[in-house]
Amino acid sequence: MNFIKELLSDKNKVSQNLKKIFWIIGSLLFLVGFYGWAVRLIDGHIKANYGSIVTWGLWVAAYIYFIGLSAGSFLVSSLVYVFNYKKFERIGKLAVFTALITLLMALLSIWADLGHMGRAWHVMIYPNFKSPMAWMIYLYLIYMLLLVFEIYYLLRYDFVIGANNETLKGKLYKILSFGSKDKSEESRLRDKKIVKVLATAGVPIAILFHGGVGALFGVVAARPHWHSGLFPILFLLSALVSGGALLTLISSIFQEGWTKNREIVIDLGKMVLGLLLLDILFQISEFLIVYRGGIPGHIAGWDLVIKGPYAWVFWGWQGFVGTLIPLFLLTLKRKSPQWVALAGLLIAAGIFGLRLNIVIPGLAVEEIHGLTSAIYSHRVDPHYFPSLSEWLLTFGIVGFGMLLFGLGEYFLPKEDESKTELLSESKV
Amino acid sequence: MAEKIKEIEKETSSISRDEFLSKLIKIGAGTLAATIVSNGMLGTASKLIAKSKNETPVKRKYHYGMVIDTRRCVGCRACVLACKAENKTPPGVSYTVVFEEILENRPNDKPVFMTKPCFHCEYPPCTDVCPVSATYKREQDGIVVVDYDRCIGCRYCMTACPYSARWFDFGENYPAIEQGTDWSNVPSPEYKQFRKREHEQSPIGNVRKCTFCLHLQDEEGKYNKAEGRWPACAKTCTGKAIHFGDFNDPNSEVSILLRERQYIRLKEELGTSPNVYYLI
Ligand code: SF4
Ligand code: SF4
Repeated sequence: MNFIKELLSDKNKVSQNLKKIFWIIGSLLFLVGFYGWAVRLIDGHIKANYGSIVTWGLWVAAYIYFIGLSAGSFLVSSLVYVFNYKKFERIGKLAVFTALITLLMALLSIWADLGHMGRAWHVMIYPNFKSPMAWMIYLYLIYMLLLVFEIYYLLRYDFVIGANNETLKGKLYKILSFGSKDKSEESRLRDKKIVKVLATAGVPIAILFHGGVGALFGVVAARPHWHSGLFPILFLLSALVSGGALLTLISSIFQEGWTKNREIVIDLGKMVLGLLLLDILFQISEFLIVYRGGIPGHIAGWDLVIKGPYAWVFWGWQGFVGTLIPLFLLTLKRKSPQWVALAGLLIAAGIFGLRLNIVIPGLAVEEIHGLTSAIYSHRVDPHYFPSLSEWLLTFGIVGFGMLLFGLGEYFLPKEDESKTELLSESKV
Repeated sequence: MAEKIKEIEKETSSISRDEFLSKLIKIGAGTLAATIVSNGMLGTASKLIAKSKNETPVKRKYHYGMVIDTRRCVGCRACVLACKAENKTPPGVSYTVVFEEILENRPNDKPVFMTKPCFHCEYPPCTDVCPVSATYKREQDGIVVVDYDRCIGCRYCMTACPYSARWFDFGENYPAIEQGTDWSNVPSPEYKQFRKREHEQSPIGNVRKCTFCLHLQDEEGKYNKAEGRWPACAKTCTGKAIHFGDFNDPNSEVSILLRERQYIRLKEELGTSPNVYYLI
């Protein structure tokens, strides 16, 4: 108890320790991931617990979760670079960077899920434009390129300035500036313009690909749990909630954490609260329509969610930890960044439960009554719980993302280092 | 309708981008609007491509399908085993299964048994979703197939099939294969490709399904019941409940049965139009 008090009394210590905790968790997760990847690469899918009934499992849920985080944090960053929302300027770069890392995490998870990982490129040479999945993959590629360019132009000036130093960072910056030496004011303005164009182009792309992920599920008429026009919109909303929540957490840990980002954390908290309430409204609407409609096939999926074997994911994880507590924190403790940050953590974690509750119950309903008792095989079973290797691989991806993010945060130019930039910008 | 759309288009194009964006923010519906627009776009795009679907029925040389007599099926599951032996499917993969439905109010009657292969739907939702077109409906005979060398194993087709007719090959083996016995050296004749099971090689990691035993067709694409070149399940069926044949031929067994008997098809409301009929 004393230790915690001491910790909280010295705010700088807190943020430093938070970073330490971040690195420790990240490395641990990254390490355990090796086991999951080894099993995946050696045994293929044999050690995975999904089957021919629940055909998609934890990895797909993780994928839609990460991709949601990416779309969400990118859209938050667009507040700064497209809509000129100055308040969030300090975390703009952080948000774009987060979008890139979480995109990589998403692609890694879905890549592991493929039966033939080596054939992912087939989408390029054998396209099927009727498939929402194909569309998504093309959009991801465009989005990834766009993010890389946006980050480059966001940081180019800092790289060029920093490239003079003889430190490790200086050398790295020299490489990252790709030979650009232009320190002129015009070049900076040009960079800003390019960023604005890229960020603007990114908004519809982010909406398209994440709404598209919702459509990927929504179009499947065979699965009544997914087959709803609300799906693309629900996906976007929960992406914004989770992305905003994650950024709340990130901006209270990094870049001196909540000691400096206090206002931003609190503002983000307000935004997330609003979005969360909207998300709840949509969810309730879906729920009520399904139950009032009363078609057995439609109800079956929701029945699994609220009273199936994993109902605790809905009530405990998603509902209590991921929604109720954060709602409480965001309304009653909205002025203290620590609590808002905690709410961010809980919401971000809670949305993972929501993603699981989309993928699994949609599939775990027998399409043909009696099918799963017609054949005796663990692959023909509506009950699914991820195997050890599935969990560890997913943890590994989280760890990998955290380490990548940590390294980036350490090496990439800080907002404060380019304070001069901010000052001169406000004059423009 | 079309005129209205044009009008709306005109209106929107006269607003400048900044105005448009600021409007979007104001009403707080930016995401909503864009989703609707984008879905609309995708919708039209795919409609253009899918034009053939309902308007021009595909002219086919053969139109193969099955008629399954639920009254004759005794639930012996010989078809399930015959299929396994024919196609050498691994554990957990069964191109056809027999499920049973106990009749409500008549619990003492024999249950209704139904064998369920892939229905080779006229409008198969499974093929539409495949991102790499690895699964498709053959033009010559309407059989839905999977190209094992192209399939990336994403399993989207499995989610889209309303009949659970698709199976992922996880790579599990029978003990005989693991021990390398002679039996394990017999390749699967599927698609006339004669593949042996090898670690990580297709069809392991692919989605698999019933092919109406198309490897038994001759060069012309014809089956021959008398010569035994006939889908294994139909050939084996002890109760003679599984009838197979060409719906294009009015004198085929299956065409006659459909004319004379009452039948149902499963989940017709989904518009898949299965080519497997159940006599009731
Ligand atoms: S039954 Fe399923 S797998 Fe077979 S054609 Fe129809 S949708 Fe495709
Ligand atoms: S699993 Fe194979 S056949 Fe099925 S949708 Fe994916 S790529 Fe196509």
